[in-house]
Amino acid sequence: MGKNPPSTSPCIHFLDVVTMITKRIVLHFPHRVADQPIVYKLAKDYDLEFNILKAYITPEEGGLLVLELHGESKNYNQGIQYLTGVGVKTQPLSQDVIRNETRCSHCGVCVPLCPAGAFVVEPSTREVHFDDAKCIACGLCVKFCPIRAMEVRF
Amino acid sequence: MAKTIKEINEKITKGEVVVVTAEEITEIVGKEGIKKAAQKVDVVTTGTFGPMCSSGAYFNIGHATPKMKLGGGRAYLNDVPVYTGFAAVDVYIGATALPDDDPRNKVFPGEFKYGGGHVIEDLVAGKDVMLAATAYGTDCYPRKKLETRINIKDLNEAVLFNPRNAYQNYNVAVNLSDKVIYTYMEMLKPNLGNANYCSAGQLSPLLNDPYYKTIGVGTRIFLGGGVGYVVWQGTQHNPSVPRKDNGTPCVPAGALAVLGDLKRMRPEWLLGTSMLGYGTTLTVGIGIPIPVLNEEICQFTAVKDDDIWTQIVDYSEDYPQGKKGSLGEVNYAQLKTGKIVIQGKEVPTGSLSSYPKAVEIANTLKEWIKKGDFLLTDPVAYLPGPETGYTFKPLKEKPNEK
Repeated sequence: MGKNPPSTSPCIHFLDVVTMITKRIVLHFPHRVADQPIVYKLAKDYDLEFNILKAYITPEEGGLLVLELHGESKNYNQGIQYLTGVGVKTQPLSQDVIRNETRCSHCGVCVPLCPAGAFVVEPSTREVHFDDAKCIACGLCVKFCPIRAMEVRF
Repeated sequence: MAKTIKEINEKITKGEVVVVTAEEITEIVGKEGIKKAAQKVDVVTTGTFGPMCSSGAYFNIGHATPKMKLGGGRAYLNDVPVYTGFAAVDVYIGATALPDDDPRNKVFPGEFKYGGGHVIEDLVAGKDVMLAATAYGTDCYPRKKLETRINIKDLNEAVLFNPRNAYQNYNVAVNLSDKVIYTYMEMLKPNLGNANYCSAGQLSPLLNDPYYKTIGVGTRIFLGGGVGYVVWQGTQHNPSVPRKDNGTPCVPAGALAVLGDLKRMRPEWLLGTSMLGYGTTLTVGIGIPIPVLNEEICQFTAVKDDDIWTQIVDYSEDYPQGKKGSLGEVNYAQLKTGKIVIQGKEVPTGSLSSYPKAVEIANTLKEWIKKGDFLLTDPVAYLPGPETGYTFKPLKEKPNEK
């Protein structure tokens, strides 16, 4: 208590700890950047694992990508700086889709319609389980759920 | 050893009735055989919870001062038009009615966010709705304009009256075209992207009484969370169809017209529903008790999902163009595995009807009967069965003769 640790003991400094993060971001590409291998560079130069959740690219017009990036936080931050540097606008994917548990009637019409397979029927009760880890927040279910049990939350 | 409804009701009153759901009877028959099951069990409860478009409610709103005749005028509840072809203050709202300024499918697919079905849900939930009405005025009903909030508690009568509910079986809908289509069976993805079905299968009321031997005019039922009655055969009632040996039809067949006091119903059993690209409707909860009067009726209630078959129908071309024919037959056990094979392709299935809610309805009705709160009724008239040759026809267009 109050003693300094001996200089030879292993001592982990807070700033040396490697923080791994997973973030979902929306990238807006102007057309002049659309033909550059942006995602390849994020993976190769910044060692970020990527999962493309949504892509809408038209080479002459630019486009939109929703990516899930996983890697060290300092690499992630540098990756974002790179994107900004080449003219790609980034924003966090801040919208989430949630289910109103009292309203959902567990009909099951969402099961084959969700592009990410986030709805699964539990075989013994026939209730529908919503796996929000699989959800890519595309918002399709918000429109097609007949009793409006799915909501977008910002 | 035949039983009568009178005897069963005596048992209910004494608290001695043996009542099980349509799932439970299947197990009992499997273990103990038909004879024992029919002796032991008095009532089998069934249930279903799905979108039923031919639904609506009529209201008597009470007279304003000075008096006004809505009949022949125009009226809206929360901007949804109601039918005013009755007397001064009687109106009817249908589940699929839409506000005049709803864009419908102008920007396709339309969202149909609010319609008659939603007004009914709001009223049952105890919310105020806005009534706006205009009339042409008469000597005895001079008033021409009215705007007021109304609540279900203020209405003299609020009666759910659904011309067609509880369809006995329904198609499996698929889309053979290469574009998404939007139908009353929900969104159908192109090239057999999904296969949607809509039935409670082994829990479905009319599939447990396929020849309408116990369910008829005057049958008391669970309707929208309250008590209701079967009042007639439903529109498009079609008993004369192909059936399997167990009596169940393999295409849509019978249907029921039902009615009940909306004031005693509950909003969780009457949900305003929006079908993308199609329109609004009402999702209705119905449960019907089947008195086990004899072994034959007991056998009908023991039907299982794998004994109930239906047809796969293409909704991109065949259905809209009235072309007969099916892409094949499947049973409800196959549909519930989540995948069926159509034209050699594995197609994921989706259900519009909620099986867990159907189970809940059958169990709720079982509790009501056990507690002695619900007595069964003898039909005052039976629904037309296949022996009558009653059938449903398409419209034959006859152009106007000059």
